[in-house]
Amino acid sequence: MRITADRIEPDKQRDELCDDRAGAYASFEGWIRNHNDGEDVLRLEYEIYEPLALKEGQKVIEEALEKFPIFHAECVHREGMLEIGDCAVWVGVSSAHRDEAFEACRYIIDQVKVRLPIWKKEYYVDGNSGWVNCERCAIHGHEHPKVVSS
Amino acid sequence: MNKKLTILYFASFREHAGTGEESVELDVGTAADLFEQLKHRHGSAEPLGHCKVAINDEMADWDAALSDGDVVLLFPPVAGG
Repeated sequence: MRITADRIEPDKQRDELCDDRAGAYASFEGWIRNHNDGEDVLRLEYEIYEPLALKEGQKVIEEALEKFPIFHAECVHREGMLEIGDCAVWVGVSSAHRDEAFEACRYIIDQVKVRLPIWKKEYYVDGNSGWVNCERCAIHGHEHPKVVSS
Repeated sequence: MNKKLTILYFASFREHAGTGEESVELDVGTAADLFEQLKHRHGSAEPLGHCKVAINDEMADWDAALSDGDVVLLFPPVAGG
């Protein structure tokens, strides 16, 4: 797990997952889009509490490595002010076959979105701004799972 | 009995409190009690279950007991990715 203020370079990240045993590589990139909830978005600011985001993110990656027969997995998240089209988060997985690469990639991004102490503030074209709520909370009114101590 | 605690606020909680960190002395048992007592500070309209808490840099449950000297981190609903 890595947090960075610099531009994410997916090609360079991908190279770190190469493995002669791997026949599959799956990745996910989250990009900044120009709209959300009917609002025109200008830019997005990420606030991250790094010590715990790194710890919890590493835990998620280790869970994926245990749950799925994959070789390598990594996740990088941007912090600070991002513009439309920027890559905010990258997840990559290499494995022998495609099924587990897709599944592990999906697992990591889903967990990262709901467990890591990361917040985003949207700046709108109309001059307003607002913090974005956890998407699962907003859609399902879900309660976060209890913390399982390691 | 009152406990001396350091509270760290993040994102919307920090903006509402007007500070990222403050010291408090309160008679509280659990992290959930603290969240309730500090409602006027963090200003959360969210149910407790949507927010998270960490104690001394470890993610914790809301029913975790607080001790004198603890640093409590109050996290509004997260939105990574």
